[in-house]
Amino acid sequence: MSLTRQDVEKIAHLARLSITEQEMPVYVTSLSSIVEFVDALSRVHTGDVLPMAHPLDGQQQRLRADVVTESDHHEKFQANAPAVQAGLYVVPRVIE
Amino acid sequence: MLHNLSIGELSRSLNSGQISSVELTRHFLARIERLNPALNALITLTATQALESAARADARRAAAGERGPLLGIPLIHKDIFCTDGVRTSCGSRMLDNFIAPYDATVVARLKAAGAVMLGKANMDEFAMGSSNETSYYGPVKNPWDTTKVPGGSSGGSAAATAARLAPFATGTDTGGSIRQPAALTGVTGVKPTYGRVSRFGMIAFASSLDQAGVFAHSAEDAAIVLQAMAGFDARDSTSIDIPVPDYPETLNAPLKGLKIGLLREFFDGLEARNAALIHDALKLYTSLGAQTVEVSLPHLPLSVPTYYVVAPAECSSNLSRFDGVRFGYRCEAPKDLLDLYKRSRGEGFGAEVKRRIMTGTYVLSAGYFDAYYLQAQKVRRLITDDFRAAFGQVDLLIGPTTPTPAFAIGAKIDDPVTMYLNDIYTIGANLAGLPGLSLPCGLIDGLPMGLQLIGPHFSEAKLLNAAHLYQQSTDWHKQAPRGFE
Amino acid sequence: MMTDWEVVIGLEIHAQLATKSKIFSGSATTYGAPPNVQADLVDLAYPGVLPVLNGEAVRMAVKFGLSIGAEVARRSVFARKNYFYPDLPKGYQISQYELPVVKQGKLAVMLDDGTVKTIGVTRAHLEEDAGKSLHEGLANASGIDLNRAGTPLLEIVSEPDMRSAKEAVAYMKKIHTLVRYLEICDGNMQEGSFRCDANVSVRPRGREKFGTRAEIKNLNSFRFVEKAIHYEVARQVDLLESGGTVLQETRLYDSDKDETRSMRSKEEANDYRYFPDPDLLPVHIDEEFIEAVRATLPELPDEKAARFAQDFSLSTYDAGVLSASRELGAYFESVVAALGAGHAKLAANWVMGELASALNRDNVDIVFSRVSPKYLSDLLLRIVDATISGKIAKEVFEAMWSEGKTADAIIEAKGLKQITDSGAIEGVIDAVMAANPKQLADYRSGKDKLFGFFVGQVMKATEGKANPGQLNELLKAKLGSS
Repeated sequence: MSLTRQDVEKIAHLARLSITEQEMPVYVTSLSSIVEFVDALSRVHTGDVLPMAHPLDGQQQRLRADVVTESDHHEKFQANAPAVQAGLYVVPRVIE
Repeated sequence: MLHNLSIGELSRSLNSGQISSVELTRHFLARIERLNPALNALITLTATQALESAARADARRAAAGERGPLLGIPLIHKDIFCTDGVRTSCGSRMLDNFIAPYDATVVARLKAAGAVMLGKANMDEFAMGSSNETSYYGPVKNPWDTTKVPGGSSGGSAAATAARLAPFATGTDTGGSIRQPAALTGVTGVKPTYGRVSRFGMIAFASSLDQAGVFAHSAEDAAIVLQAMAGFDARDSTSIDIPVPDYPETLNAPLKGLKIGLLREFFDGLEARNAALIHDALKLYTSLGAQTVEVSLPHLPLSVPTYYVVAPAECSSNLSRFDGVRFGYRCEAPKDLLDLYKRSRGEGFGAEVKRRIMTGTYVLSAGYFDAYYLQAQKVRRLITDDFRAAFGQVDLLIGPTTPTPAFAIGAKIDDPVTMYLNDIYTIGANLAGLPGLSLPCGLIDGLPMGLQLIGPHFSEAKLLNAAHLYQQSTDWHKQAPRGFE
Repeated sequence: MMTDWEVVIGLEIHAQLATKSKIFSGSATTYGAPPNVQADLVDLAYPGVLPVLNGEAVRMAVKFGLSIGAEVARRSVFARKNYFYPDLPKGYQISQYELPVVKQGKLAVMLDDGTVKTIGVTRAHLEEDAGKSLHEGLANASGIDLNRAGTPLLEIVSEPDMRSAKEAVAYMKKIHTLVRYLEICDGNMQEGSFRCDANVSVRPRGREKFGTRAEIKNLNSFRFVEKAIHYEVARQVDLLESGGTVLQETRLYDSDKDETRSMRSKEEANDYRYFPDPDLLPVHIDEEFIEAVRATLPELPDEKAARFAQDFSLSTYDAGVLSASRELGAYFESVVAALGAGHAKLAANWVMGELASALNRDNVDIVFSRVSPKYLSDLLLRIVDATISGKIAKEVFEAMWSEGKTADAIIEAKGLKQITDSGAIEGVIDAVMAANPKQLADYRSGKDKLFGFFVGQVMKATEGKANPGQLNELLKAKLGSS
């Protein structure tokens, strides 16, 4: 199955990626070839095989004790932030 | 020369006072300065910190009488591991300015063992690549032939180890990212069982496949390093709480009666010279008392398409946190929120990362989820079941690590599917969470080739044992690329 | 012809679980801290960090499930819900999708007319809360505070079983009562600890198929739930009656304007690409875990109400009111314990009457009541032993409320003790009779109504302290004998 430019535009929007005009045809071609490649899976009869999300079967989630272990380091953490004001991360206006 | 000594030999020299860690560190820093420009194996050099920690290691040895096997031994970390106070770029423009505020568990454990970090190794961007050409910091060159790729994604770690820029280096392996570059640069690379080494602090590519491991000059050295890295970590829910065996202890266990499985699917269409190297290795193992059994994993040929659904799906979600808000690259003057997201991500990520994010977004999206993602998870189980059945018959599987030796820089970068097929022999172990090891087993056209061993879950000790005994009878692992001896 | 529209409502209630630390990190969950001081590396979605599940959140979810007779899933799975929003640091929310921890429960809700309706609870699942976007003081920008990010939420999803705004509110109040009984949520709606989304649709009565629903987001008071549903129903009916169609969409209730409006920003990316979170493993809950949680279940509101009605001969209504919170029930029970079960009705009347109105008037929680159960029962004992009348008791109560003293101290200080000395009362009666000869003559000639006049005069002269029973008897005797 090959993808159209519209498909790629839609995916890029969902993934929040700007794609330039020059890049676009490259992605249409390469994503199409990847999708064709992975289409090999559709020919496998999987019937009632259980999907496998983790490599080690039968493992279960450990539960952590409800204890506060972290203290305030916001200044250190915010040293990496592109824009901070009064302890808040600043972004263009969020419209609800 | 110091850089050709094993970790054990270096440790003995440090213990006897023949050399100090500071001297050893200076030796490797000097090599990096002299040799790395031709390789581009490092993104960040941490010379000052390295000399400080070397001095601390010397003090620990002198004052407290400590004798840990890694105390004062230099290493290079793949730049995917967070290092407190040091830039952690993951090979991406997105994190070019990112100073990690904490240490990954792997980093903390090696630090506690007294190992001395020299710097951070170049890598494919976010570990997505098989040639180290997707790095924002430029491609890494293979020390055996600088017109060739070193493999990827841990290409910098592999090249640095091969070029003797450090006694060992860390790496991560999601679909072969340790074993494939180890093979292409002639070093020993170990990818442990999923859950054996903590993923905490290792920047995620595909969470259900990623596993940290090691590059070293021998299985013996790798055993020492893995001993320090492995173990339960409460901060990683997928970390496994079972004791770590003493890897160095069992390196010389006899192989008599060991059943080695020859994977039929690995030999279908294998290039004759490559096949010959594997058969040479088999002959050696037979002489050591092992038996060879031919086994078949019928679903294994599906591992590459399965991987290229599962890994991109997970990465598309894992990389959503890079949004230009709390850390990392942010575009200039975003006009609104959508623009901030799209351009920060569009400009901050390179072409291959964007391609994988889009592939993953596509296979998870409404209408395609069942056909791609769910189907891949089902096939993943079939592949895993094949491995399980095989390990009912044999102790280890053996085969090539890669189909060919290192290829030319630029040869495959424009054709993603051809590039993805480089990982055809390594991906299966990741899908099933199995440990794998690649060790040098010969040369083709003057370039190193790797022999791959795959074992059942938690069989690292057996893999290291088998690799070590091979290396006791061969000297492929001792060969250094010309100019780096 | 006018269509008779039937309203169909389902609620998704978000209850913040009262854990000390967050669901996947060791940060504190305290409300009201300065921005981002309670956001650690996990909450901030720093590269390389991983979630680890808080066992207490699971325990609380199971407790809720057991309290509504639901099935507790032996295996539940956390999934990622993928979307971009500044208050969602990872770009996905960890939630439970296909396999929630609690499935299929139900809840009996009493409606205003006294009938009981059973509302189905489809599921309850664990998830993480998002941060907050703040807009004040920033020009064309928003500030993100991630203190709330990662706070555990239990999302309780009802069946579309409610048929009016009142039913929806009654159901929501019942869940509110329940989560506080279970001590799994503080229920503080101003702070957003308990909030809901309402799915509202209308259909012509008698039709089986549901109409298209709109989802109204983030309703954080019972009153807003009611008003938002009223507005939304009217909007949908208007739309349909004027030939339009209802869009399936997310809407926001604006309490200032009392209207709902479309949230297009949320609509845009509606493909959440759920898949199992590979960083977390399936949660297994065994019989032992469930039984250990069951052992911690308190008496539930319905059980308590039934017991109050039975043991204390209270009406269903009174029993329901007094069991509306654990604290109120406990207060009432300690008053009854001091008075004896025979005086439970007196206790009920006082707790629901004087006490409730004082608490309400001064906006005080019962836990911090200025008249303790001990003080109130001491006061009521003075009614029981006839030291004071019920009327005087109200005066004493007000003084106790404002001065914080015991009933006896106030009775003593203000001299409010009832006069029970027959001689003294007779003396007053004699004086009143002597002072009102005309009324006395009229009474004796048959004007029985004047009895009340004499009662009033005696009470006035004794400042209300004459024992009413004794006064009645003595007055009757005196007036009758000439």
